[in-house]
Parts: sequence; structure tokens; C-alpha cells
Amino acid sequence: MKFRAKIVDAACLNHFTRVSCMVAKLARACTLRIRPHKLNFILPDTAAGGGVSMWCELPQENFFSEFQMEGVSQENNEIYVELTTENLSRALRTAQNARALKVKLTNRHFPCLTVSIELVSVSSSSRMVTHDIPIKVIPRKLWKNLQEPTVPDCDVSIYLPVLKTMKSVVEKMKNISNHLIIEANLNGDLNLKIESELVCVTTHFKDLGNPPSASEGVSQDRSPAEMAEVHVDIRKFLQFLAGQQVNPTKGVCNVVSHKMVHFDLLHEDVSLQYFIPALS
Amino acid sequence: MKCVVAGGNVKVLGKAVHSLSRIGDELYLEPLEDGLSLRTVNSSRSAYACFLFAPLFFQLYQVATPGQDTLRCKILMKSFLSVFRSLVMLEKTVEKCCISMNGRSSRLVVQLHCKYGVRKTHNLSFQDCESLQAVFDPASCPYVLRAAAKVLGEAVLPFPLALAEVTLGIGRGRRVILRSYQEEETDSTIKAMVTEMSIGEEDFQQLQAQEGVAITFCLKEFRGLLSFAESANLSLSIHFDAPGRPAIFAIKDSLLDGHFVLATLSEPSPNSQDLCSPELRQPAPQLQAHSTPNLDDFANDDIDSYMIAMETTVGSESSRTLPPISLSPDFQPPCNSEEEDEAEPELSTVPGTPPPKKFRSLFFGSILAPAHSPLGPSPVLAEDSEGEG
Repeated sequence: MKFRAKIVDAACLNHFTRVSCMVAKLARACTLRIRPHKLNFILPDTAAGGGVSMWCELPQENFFSEFQMEGVSQENNEIYVELTTENLSRALRTAQNARALKVKLTNRHFPCLTVSIELVSVSSSSRMVTHDIPIKVIPRKLWKNLQEPTVPDCDVSIYLPVLKTMKSVVEKMKNISNHLIIEANLNGDLNLKIESELVCVTTHFKDLGNPPSASEGVSQDRSPAEMAEVHVDIRKFLQFLAGQQVNPTKGVCNVVSHKMVHFDLLHEDVSLQYFIPALS
Repeated sequence: MKCVVAGGNVKVLGKAVHSLSRIGDELYLEPLEDGLSLRTVNSSRSAYACFLFAPLFFQLYQVATPGQDTLRCKILMKSFLSVFRSLVMLEKTVEKCCISMNGRSSRLVVQLHCKYGVRKTHNLSFQDCESLQAVFDPASCPYVLRAAAKVLGEAVLPFPLALAEVTLGIGRGRRVILRSYQEEETDSTIKAMVTEMSIGEEDFQQLQAQEGVAITFCLKEFRGLLSFAESANLSLSIHFDAPGRPAIFAIKDSLLDGHFVLATLSEPSPNSQDLCSPELRQPAPQLQAHSTPNLDDFANDDIDSYMIAMETTVGSESSRTLPPISLSPDFQPPCNSEEEDEAEPELSTVPGTPPPKKFRSLFFGSILAPAHSPLGPSPVLAEDSEGEG
């Protein structure tokens, strides 16, 4: 198993840093899956994580100027490692104004993902920072838990409003209730609702538009005004919103009534899927 | 004692108090002929700091008012710090700061003369005390590193704020290496990220140490002095010796000097042992590669060393880690006893406060007659009576 890659372009480096910061906000620990053409940050659906799962995918070519990897075997040309996301984002944050960044798998005192950064210093001399991020290599028998989650047939699929607006709304709601009701219909309406003994608060977003239904598998016979609703843990939703520092190029919310809500975001070339299960 | 600090120097004084506050809970104020000294020591006596402000630093500097004895005093760091808490406020509104010591009422009076005629007076009660003096001599340290504070400030920037200690050493190609120090605890499954900074010799104004030497010290205190030195745009020199011997961090300009004396880990850290191992050699070939622009070291990396055998790695993880270091409470016998005896005649810990980790306590002698020094377990100072007048 070998892996090393290099970033030299400042814009690519910034983009990669942003992605790692986003991942760090969404999950404390995650799995990094390395394949010849793609990288994934994966948070599998576990009971400990409250059923939340994440799937982030980026095409390797758009970030790395050099990329070499050799998986476990010819047929299984993949590497799965688990790491603390905070370590990765902190390591990358020191790479601002870096001349080059290299990532590689090493085994010094313990298995690590080593990030070496060549910094630009005041004098012409080179300055190097290396971060050894401890990793846990995931054995092949556990890989099956880390495959791309299938998106269940949803009842309503709707484009998301500006995430910052949603975030400020949900932040206020969090003070009143732990339960958030997300409602959406095929008329482009999205409601965020909380209900407590004393008060019921609803924020309505209108004319958001619905993605073409055929591809999303939305049932055709649904009346456009009928709301599909799902109850979720407001903190999990807020965590997702807080992780989004820049508004995505495209954002879709898929509601599976009383089962789960699925968010599908696209940041330039990086796709992020986030699943929040419904509260029973 | 009476002194007046004016203009921008108020902020300089404030900054010094801020960096002292990272070390100790008590501030020792002593007016001397060659300036006002502010000193502190931490509770485990493993770190000592002093600033000396020359008489020229002040608009007015009077060691003793006529007919009065010279006083020295000890006050709570917290209360003195609160006077200088907001550096922005000091810079924007304070025009003058008068500090006077009144022996009769045992009060230290700090007056801030602000804009628009506002005057803030702080009456801080103090205790008489003996002089706090650490015995140290930068000249006796064989190794010296000196660099602009900015260089060192940038060097510690990648390290997390929560990190307790760093190892500083000289690696291959005379590159200066800073690395996060990891305690080898029993629980080896939770590993922390190891960060290493490697800086070329060219960034240092002085580098008098051979490859392979290394010391480990507390980062927090070092950051304290660094932030002061950075704001004053000074160079900082680090005088050090073998592991376990105190390291002296010094800054100096015409109006003030500052010395931080920090204990270093007495056992060679697992990290520093590696200074000559392949691990730290690595920056050297990279350095060569970087200096020749078109040659990319990427292709020259020894890829075999990055291989990880997968299924085995998971199983034998613990066997790959370094053997745990024994945490002996006893200090290691000094390596060269003669020098040791001279500099630290009464090596001892403060009772009840075992030295944290493997740091040895520094010895602080009293400059008063030895007869007044307690011969008990504490080598430090005769404390005054409780009275707070």
C-alpha cells in the first residue's frame, strides 16, 4: 500500500483546505478513501453517530499535480484510512502561502498520513513543516460498511435556499426546541418548523424550484401542494449548515417522509452528500 | 520608589506584564539602581522570568524617596495584570503611568493618566519580600541560537495552543528543528498529531550548536516571551546546555532586557533521540532538492519507506511504538557534577509540588545573606508574615 500526492497550485491548495475544514466541521473522525482518480471523505452511518452519514467526493486530478497510489492489491486498488478530521484541517491551515504540499502514507512511529509543507520564508531559505497525522488503516473486511450510500426514493426533492439564511433561522430555533420539522412540496415550498408547548414557529421559503423529477424518482402522482415532512434533531441539521462556509454551486434537499432527509451539495467539483435520519 | 512611564512605553510595560503572567501568580517588583525589575516564578519553580527596565525607559525614575529605605515587594499577578489588561486601551487612552510604592501603607499605587484628564488609580496591597533571583548565566551555556522574534514566532505558529512542550534541536544540515513533544503514555492507541518545523540556518543570526543537540521545554512560557519580543521587534537568543539543564531565553535592547529561564526535560526525549535518525535526516535531502529548483525530490523519495503493510499494521501497532519512558521521580544524576555543583548547589523540589513531568526545578538563591535563607526543603525564599497592610 503506497500513497503520495502533491499540490503546487495555490488555488488548489486553498480549495483542498476548505474541503478539509468543511469535513472537520461535519465529523470529528472520518474515513479517507483513496482511489486512483478520486478521494472520499466518509462518515459511515453508525449508532454512535446518531445515524448521520456523510459522503464527500473529489476528483483527484483537480487538486493534485502528482498523485501516486497503490492499493491493497490489483483488484482492490483502494486504501481506506481513518483519521481525526481536526488534525487534517489544522495541518492544512498551516499551509497558507505554501509553495508546495505533499501528502503521503508513512509509517514512522505509527502509521501516519504525513503532510509536508514547504513554506515561503522571509529569506530565500526553505522552511518545512511536517505533520504526522495518526491514522488507522481499515482492513478489507470492513470496507463494505464504507460504500457510497444509496439515495432512497424520495417523496419530494427541492433546491435549497441560501444556506446562510437557513443557518441563522435554525440557530434561533434551536433555543426553543430540539426538534425541527422539515417540510417540502413539489411547488417549491420549503418550511422549517418547530413546535413547543407554548409556541409554534415556521419559516417559509418559497419558489425554490424542484429538480427535474424523473432522475430523482419522485412519484409522479403526488399532488404538487402536498407536503412531505420529516422530524430531525435540530443540532444535527445545524452542524451540517455550520459546516458550509461557502454557498454551494448547487444544493438539493431530498425528503423521504418520516424516514430521513438527504442533502446533496456541489462545491465546484466537490460533491457532498449528508444524511440525517428522522427522529422516531 | 516612584517612577513614571510615558507614551508608547506604557504599552511595552503592559506587554511585559502579560508575558510574565503566563508564568507565575505573583509578581516581584524591585527597584534597583540600574532599573526596575519585574520578576516571577511559577509554582513548581521550573520557570522563572524577569524584565529589567533601565532608568532611561522612564520619564522619571526614583529608586527611593529621600529618607526612605529601598523597598521591594510582591503582589498578586492577577491584580497587577488587571491594570494593564487591555493593551488597546493602554495604547489609545493612557498617556502616562505612575507607579509608586508606599512603605508605610504597604500599597503599590499605579496611576493611569488617560485622555481628557481621566485618572485611574489602582491601590494594590503588597507584601515585603526578599529578592527573587534565579542563578543562571547565559555565558556558561555552550549552545546559542539567536534569531529575529518574527522567525521564531512563525516557527511556533503551526503548533496547537494546547501543546505543552516542544523539542528544539539541530538536525541534519544544521537545520533548526522544532517538534511537538509527545509523552509516551500507557495508552498508546490514542496518538496525537506530531508536527515538526524545520528552518534553515540562514534564518538565524547565530547558531552555535552542533547537529544532534536538543532540548525539550514548555511552549506556553516561550510563547509569552516571544509575543513580547515580536511586538518590540527584537531578536531572541536561546542559551542552552544538555537536556535537564535550564535553558535561558533572552532579549535585550538599550532600554530593557528580559530573561526567561525554563527547565528542560532531563531525560532525552524520544523525539530528540531521533535527531540523528533517518527521520530527521529527511529534511536535508529535501533541502538540497529545494535549492535546485527544477529537480523535484518527489521522484527521489524512497518510496519503500512509506509502505505500510496493511493487515499487519493494525495488529502490531503497539509493538511498533517506542518503548515507554520510565517516569522516575528522581532526577537523573548530573552528567558533569562539577559544573552542576557550582550552579545548582541545592537541587531540590518544593515540598508538596512534585515537579510536573520530568522537569527539574530550578534553584533560586537569595541574594541576601545566606543566614536568612531557609535551610528547609524549600530552597527559595523566606516568606514574610501573612500581614497585609
